[in-house]
Amino acid sequence: MTFLRFALRRLAEMVATLLAASFLIFGAMYLAPGNPASFLLSGRSASPEALKAINDQYHLNDPFWQQYLRWLGQVLHGDFGRSIEYRTPVSTLLGARLPSTLLLVAMALVLVVVVGLVLGWIGSVRGGAVDGAILVGTTFAVGTPSFVAAVLLQGLFSVKLGWFPSSGSGSGFGDMVWHLTLPALALALYLIGMLARVTRSAMLEVMGHEHVTVARSRGVPERAVIRRHVFRNTLGTVLTMGGLIVSTLLICTVLVETAFSVNGIGQLLDLSTTTKDFPVVQAISLIIVGIFMLVNFFVDLLLPLVDPRVSLGTRGASA
Amino acid sequence: MTDALVRRPGLARLRISKDRTGRSWLYLLCLGFLGVVVLMAVLAPWISPHDPNAVDLGNALAGPSGTHPLGVDGSGRDTASRLITGARTSLLGPLGVVVFSTVAGVAVGLAAGWRGGWLDSVLSRTTELVFAFPGLLLALLIVSIYGEGLIAPVIALGIAYLPYVSRLTRSLVLAERERPYVEAYQVQGHSGLQICLRHVLPNIAPVVLAQSTINFGYALIDLAGLSFLGLGVPALTPDWGRMVFDGESAIQSGYPLSAILPCAAIVLTVVAFNVVGERWADQVARRDR
Amino acid sequence: MSTDTLQIQGLRLHLPGAARPVLAGIDLTVGERETVALVGESGSGKSLTSRSVLRLLPPGATTEGTVAVQGENVLAMDAKALRRLRTHTAAMIFQDPRAAINPLRRIGDFLTESLRLNADLPEAEATERAVRMLDAVGLGERVLGQYPGQLSGGMLQRVMIASALMGDPALILADEPTTALDVTTQAEVVGLLDDLRERFGTGLLFVTHDLGLAAAISDRVYVMYAGRIAETGPAEALFERPRHPYTAALLRSTPRLDAPQGRLAAIKGQPPSLKLELTGCPFAARCPFATQVCTEELPPHRPVPEESGRLVACHHSEKLADQLAGSATDD
Repeated sequence: MTFLRFALRRLAEMVATLLAASFLIFGAMYLAPGNPASFLLSGRSASPEALKAINDQYHLNDPFWQQYLRWLGQVLHGDFGRSIEYRTPVSTLLGARLPSTLLLVAMALVLVVVVGLVLGWIGSVRGGAVDGAILVGTTFAVGTPSFVAAVLLQGLFSVKLGWFPSSGSGSGFGDMVWHLTLPALALALYLIGMLARVTRSAMLEVMGHEHVTVARSRGVPERAVIRRHVFRNTLGTVLTMGGLIVSTLLICTVLVETAFSVNGIGQLLDLSTTTKDFPVVQAISLIIVGIFMLVNFFVDLLLPLVDPRVSLGTRGASA
Repeated sequence: MTDALVRRPGLARLRISKDRTGRSWLYLLCLGFLGVVVLMAVLAPWISPHDPNAVDLGNALAGPSGTHPLGVDGSGRDTASRLITGARTSLLGPLGVVVFSTVAGVAVGLAAGWRGGWLDSVLSRTTELVFAFPGLLLALLIVSIYGEGLIAPVIALGIAYLPYVSRLTRSLVLAERERPYVEAYQVQGHSGLQICLRHVLPNIAPVVLAQSTINFGYALIDLAGLSFLGLGVPALTPDWGRMVFDGESAIQSGYPLSAILPCAAIVLTVVAFNVVGERWADQVARRDR
Repeated sequence: MSTDTLQIQGLRLHLPGAARPVLAGIDLTVGERETVALVGESGSGKSLTSRSVLRLLPPGATTEGTVAVQGENVLAMDAKALRRLRTHTAAMIFQDPRAAINPLRRIGDFLTESLRLNADLPEAEATERAVRMLDAVGLGERVLGQYPGQLSGGMLQRVMIASALMGDPALILADEPTTALDVTTQAEVVGLLDDLRERFGTGLLFVTHDLGLAAAISDRVYVMYAGRIAETGPAEALFERPRHPYTAALLRSTPRLDAPQGRLAAIKGQPPSLKLELTGCPFAARCPFATQVCTEELPPHRPVPEESGRLVACHHSEKLADQLAGSATDD
């Protein structure tokens, strides 16, 4: 199948899955005990006027399908409804908090990719004590949840040493980077450990392949052998982790932003879950799931380019 | 078959390569550690030196002393007792997640792999949908609907982890189905269900269980995170994640011990589960080769 | 002797964990423009011998002796000299071309990589040379832009041969180059190798387990067993009048079209495991003519009377001459 057909098919699959996910996210409201109206209001004033206002605003008296389609239509126009807690459009809330989270996730992503790949490379190529140290380090990194990393980093570098601020996201690019350094590290730690392990294993495996020996036998300098024949052959494996990395980064912002009081989208998710501000929770969930699928889509498109052996149109094992 | 062990692909990949260190003492150490932790959790009411919830504000944030070997937290509660008692919820939650996801995941994977056809397609598509939701996100969604408490998040996480178990089971079942003994039994008139339960299942069990052991660590991380946000266990229950949350303010005040200790407990327990689970997965993979 | 392209003297190779040396004193030469075959079962050490010429040794291996390519000892070279050797002086053709070529890179990259990266040739010139080598092996220019997955096994082996020629080497080492191929392609590849050797004036060390193939293509043959040379001599002479029981046994077990139909005589037993220490002749355990002295003393390499250029490592070679000769035409 041609690349275009493959891309279109993957796109269609992504859209279908995204629609199904949006259906679930929307319908979750109906899982709540009682009726959606009282759920949406839960804890707040439940006067008859408030209930009627809610029913009207969310068209809760319409048939389910209509409600869903209306909601979906609005979402596609960027309208995620109104926050019950703050009474402002959700998109406004999101917009205000977007820069912090965007910068945080970007910084963390750079850390994960760069440090992860480098550690994996060094561990597999050097071997010996260096590799041993990297193995130990990554074992603990993989066992450290991001909130633990956040608290420990905060305790050491912020409270004790005072090198970095312990809360807030700062203003102005440089200031923000300084504020978000510890949060980005906390966010990235677990994934650095994981990516380093994957890279290391993949490289060790490829090193045993005949084509590496052959390249050496042709007189190719050792560094070039590692770069062009070992590392290059692991890019496919690394790429397939892209979706997992991005989605983990996104969801862990809830923990890290809360720990560092960063006014980002993650913190908003935590707040709105606590206050049961469901339209906000819906919106953020949809965004996270959507980004994950988008990343996977791009990974699927890039993969055949990185690894010519991957035949177009094959899907991984399911269920 | 090693690439079928998924959840976090990183750890699965660990085993395919020649890991140049062969440390069985590490494995035994981790196994021993887990044994201690489990024992601690089981015997908690009898071995905690104090009532974990006994508040003593006058003594808040004191360091280690004779009566409080590990110090106290911001409300004067004995850290050691809270650690010991906290092991209960910290382990029980993930246990629920793993049991649920394993049982349900195996059932789904068996059905999809054995029957094939439309059932397989439907189940596969559905589990793929669940894949799109990170575990913590599902848990948060559920909590935003049902509120505080451990049961809802445990079920949510169980559902989130299910696809990894079912995907693994499915590929194992597909492979087993081709084995000659299956046809032999079918010819003798045994029903599909019988063959599945009495023969296929025991053969694939070791691999699935190894994966589930690894999943335990992840469930622990997710649930502790939830408690850290104040959204998991109810406020008064000692729980390691909760303790980190409580301890955060202690850190700000410069008395980090009550926060560091639960952090250490979480990390060490997860690391131990990972090491043990990987080792088992290793042995299973080697056995099959 | 100093004009020999390859001269191996007293090569011993030790691997960690092995009770005896994997290579126990190899003496081997390949003269200018000569084709020499190295024959043995799997596990005899023939592959390791050829790999040692390029110093492609397994990790942890230690060596004694010398491996001289155009007079320079490979085992003592520094890294830079070694790279120069590998790029320009000697090249190996590997057994399984599909495993030997990086599936993620194009053929053109594979062919020109070494020359480009050692800053010897700019890309355009390297590519031009690659086209010429491809032509020499009978492949067209479009192969340059293709990936290994798009080519057949036979074509890939030709690419492998072309890549070996890229540096204009004086010595080519072919490590079972036809084992992974089907019979028809085998014949093509062997013929091609012979042709190219003539054309480009290289020496060829042809490693194989197939004695018949070795005899057909080579000038001289070395027969190897358990890390030692059992026998060596001109191909035709060795084939018609084997002087070592092992060679005779190999010949007998090789199916031949012109021999009377009958059961193939397999050699009873297995080559000695590396975990065993050996005293005496390594073949003694499987040799129908073995006596007490064979298990006690290692037979030295003795020349064969009346035939120059032949060496045999067998205590009873002379006495067995007629018996062994008979087996060459046996069924």
